[in-house]
This record gives sequence, structure tokens and C-alpha cells, in this order.
Amino acid sequence: MSQLLPVLVLALFVIIFGVVLLWFASLISEKGRKDPVKDETYECGLPSDTSGPTKISIKFYLTAILFILFDIEIIFMFPWALTYGEFIAAGHGLYILGAMSFFLAVFIFGLFWEVKSRALEWE
Amino acid sequence: MGTDAFEITVNFLKMVLIFLMMVQIVPLLVWVERRGSAFIQNRFGPNRVGPLGLTQLLADAVKFLTKEEFIPARGYPFLFYAAPVVAMIPAVLAFGAIPLSMPIAVEAFEMFGHQWGPYSFAFQSYEIGIGIVFVLGVSSLAAFSMLMAGYGSNNKFALYGALRASAQTISYELAMGLSIVGVILLFGTFNFLDIVNAQSGPMQFSLLGQQVTLGFLPNWGIFYQPLGAVILFAAMFAETNRLPFDLPEAESELVAGYHTEYAGFKFNMFFIGEYGHMLVASALMVTFYFGGYTLWPFLTPETAPKLVGGLAQWMGGFGFNVNTWTSVLSAFLLHGVFVLKLALFLWIFIWVRWTLPRFRYDQLMDLGWRKMLPWALFNTILTAVVILIMRNNWSA
Repeated sequence: MSQLLPVLVLALFVIIFGVVLLWFASLISEKGRKDPVKDETYECGLPSDTSGPTKISIKFYLTAILFILFDIEIIFMFPWALTYGEFIAAGHGLYILGAMSFFLAVFIFGLFWEVKSRALEWE
Repeated sequence: MGTDAFEITVNFLKMVLIFLMMVQIVPLLVWVERRGSAFIQNRFGPNRVGPLGLTQLLADAVKFLTKEEFIPARGYPFLFYAAPVVAMIPAVLAFGAIPLSMPIAVEAFEMFGHQWGPYSFAFQSYEIGIGIVFVLGVSSLAAFSMLMAGYGSNNKFALYGALRASAQTISYELAMGLSIVGVILLFGTFNFLDIVNAQSGPMQFSLLGQQVTLGFLPNWGIFYQPLGAVILFAAMFAETNRLPFDLPEAESELVAGYHTEYAGFKFNMFFIGEYGHMLVASALMVTFYFGGYTLWPFLTPETAPKLVGGLAQWMGGFGFNVNTWTSVLSAFLLHGVFVLKLALFLWIFIWVRWTLPRFRYDQLMDLGWRKMLPWALFNTILTAVVILIMRNNWSA
């Protein structure tokens, strides 16, 4: 906890810095007149043709789901990598590599299946 | 943050100073980028305001501050205003955890008729024991500010840009995280200071149970992890949304991506965020693969105190004693080494941006998922197997 207190302080400082700058800029900035056409969303000068939320490709959703799966698998490798040297020094090197290779095989199979099922292809 | 007034004050000032330095380096980098791109493309670049166009930075800052406030009528004001502030946070927090030089040891001294005990100040905003995990976790928060900007603008180009940016950031994060596994396997620690200290001597490794020393090479990570270094560096370009991976801002398709509706200082804050990520990426490359703040055999935590010994003797009369001054001076000397290495990587970032063309979006995703991820996995397995063969005591 005491290690993360400075992080919190710095984050607060950055937020205050940003808010004060935005406030200062809004104080001294040019005051233009309001105009409904000027305040419109910029779509290359044409009148906006979108009324509701923009439709987006389902691919982004799929990418996010796959990311979560793979990221959790990669995070699982971190503690293994951290203790790998200690296991070797204790003489259990082959055991820890063998145990991990089972997990890696699942990882590789997942990646292979993903490529095979064309989940990663963007048209 | 500390136990008494002196320690808390120094730690706080250090944090603020590093943050302000980061903010100040952004206009300088913009100047280098503009002059550098002009040099690469055989143009002049900004050369009117001040010597070599250096005060162009000040002119730009004034212009940013005096630009008219604008918020699109259909946007969401809170998200619209919050996004640029949030954009600065991840890079600043991540950079704070990276050691910029060796820790400074301050011996006991007397000030204001009070005895102040010995201190040890880390040459970074804060020391985090699990530094690598912290930096990875914090810097990936950058996707949020892009999504906030894109959604808050309520503009289809901004939303497309934000979605592209976040999809790209998370896709390359896999390759990035996996290439760092190789570094952790090699050094066996999450702590940046330990990683730098491991690289501060001559090349030394164990080969089938015997210690081998190669006196002509420093013990840098790049010699053990060349593939991992290339993958990490390429993934960093995608994380910072710079060319050749600047699809989120592809001008010819999306106007300017997620910051289409932004102007003035709000736009500048996105800039600070982007250049801050460049700084973090360069600092990580230096720390993981190029010896951090050490440069064996010229400048290491062992040799630096001898080099500054004379100056420290002379300064010993001012406030602190000789040992404290030696520690302070050698820390700043090593910090110079770090800054030089950092500048080299920042220049490579700029150089690449003005040399390579942009990918197509399907090529980008293809490269991230189907080429870099398997290569990073290969690097991890190779590193694990080689480390086992080299370090294991086979005769036992």
C-alpha cells in the first residue's frame, strides 16, 4: 500500500494539472460566436448524415474477446518466468519446463484454431 | 512516501519535477520531429522563429492556449473534456516507475538545528517492486482515453478512429507482453533496478554449469534476446499509434481519427500523451536490452564515484558531506548516459515515422496476431529451453 501511495498522488497531480490548464485556456482563449452550423459534428463539410449511434463492425468485439483470453494466458506465464531460474537452480528445471509445455501446447492449439477458423481475418 | 518532512518533500518534488520534465520534452520532441522530417524530406522545416526555429515551441504554446473553445453540439461534454486529461495519465504513471539513474544515498546531516537521518532516494518517481507488471498494466489504460475521446465527440470518424486505436493497442499488447516474458526468464525479476544492475558488468553467463566471461562485451539483454527486442520495439510503435501503425489517425480515411473534434490545448494534451508513450517505450527498450543507465566499462555504479571524486571533494563544504555529494554527482552522471540512450531511441521513432509508409488495416491485424504473436511465443520457448540447457547442472 505504501508503495502505491505515490502513484495515487502523482495521478491526482496530473489530473489537477490538466484541469487547471483546461480552465486557464478557456479563460484566455478567443471567444467566438455560437452558430448551429459551426457547432455541428465535422464530417468533411457535408451536413451530418448520422442520427443515432454509428454502426460498427462485430470484428472489434471479437478481437476484444480474443484479446482477453490470450492476455490472461500470457499473464499466467509471468509468474512461471519469474520462478524459472529458481527451479533450475534447485534442480527441477526439466519438471517446470515440462509442466509449462502442457500449458503452452494449449496456447498454441488455441492460436492455431483461431487462425484456422478465420477469426483473425479482416476483409 | 517517507517518514519525515525532508524525505516527503524531496520525494514529492522529485515526482513533480520528472512529470514537468516529461511535459517540457514534448515541444522539444515536436521541434526535433519537424526539423528531422524536413531534413529527411529535403525541406527547411520551422526556421523563422528564433535561432533554428527553436522558439517556435513557445509560439505554438501561446497559439494552443488562445485557440477558441470548441465542443461539438451533439457530443458528450464530460467525456469530451475528460479524455485529454486522462490521455496524459498512463504515460506519466508508467514513466515514473522506470529508474533514470542509480539511487542517491544521503548520509546524516544537520539543518535548521535538527539532525536528519540517512536517506536513500530512488532516481525515479517511485519504486515499485513489481515494476514490469505495473508498467504493462498502467500503460494499457491508454485505450480508455481514446475511446472516451471517440465516443465523447459523437462523430463517426472519431469513433472509427477510437475503435481502431483500441483494437490495435490490445492486439499488439499480446506480442509485447509475450516478448517481455523472455526478459523475465533471463533476469528472473520484475524489478527494473535489478535488471539494470544485472547488465552493468562484462558479459557473463553459465554454459553447462561453467561460468563464462567475455570481457569485451557488456552484459546487455540485447545479446541474449535479439528477437524479443525486435518484437518489443515493433509492438511499441503500434502501442504509441505512430507510423507505420498510425491507422487510428489515417488522414486520408478518417480526417484525424479520435481527435478530429479537438483543438487548442485539449489537442496538445493528446500530443503529450503520445510523446509520453514514446518516452516510456524508449525507456523500456533501454532498460531491458541496452543496460539502462550503465555503460560498461566506462560508466557503471562502481566507476562513476571515482570519476566525480575530485568535484565531490570540492563541493563537500556545501551542506552535505563528501560521500553524499559523490552519490549525487555520480547519479547525475549516469543519468546523462540514460538520457543519451533514450535520445537515440526517440530519434529512431522519428526516423521510422518519416521513412516507412502506412499499413492497411487488415495487414496490421494480420501482422499482430498471425506473425508477431507466434514469433514472440517462439522466442519465449526458445529462451526457456536455452536457459535450461545452459544453466542446468546436468552432471547432478
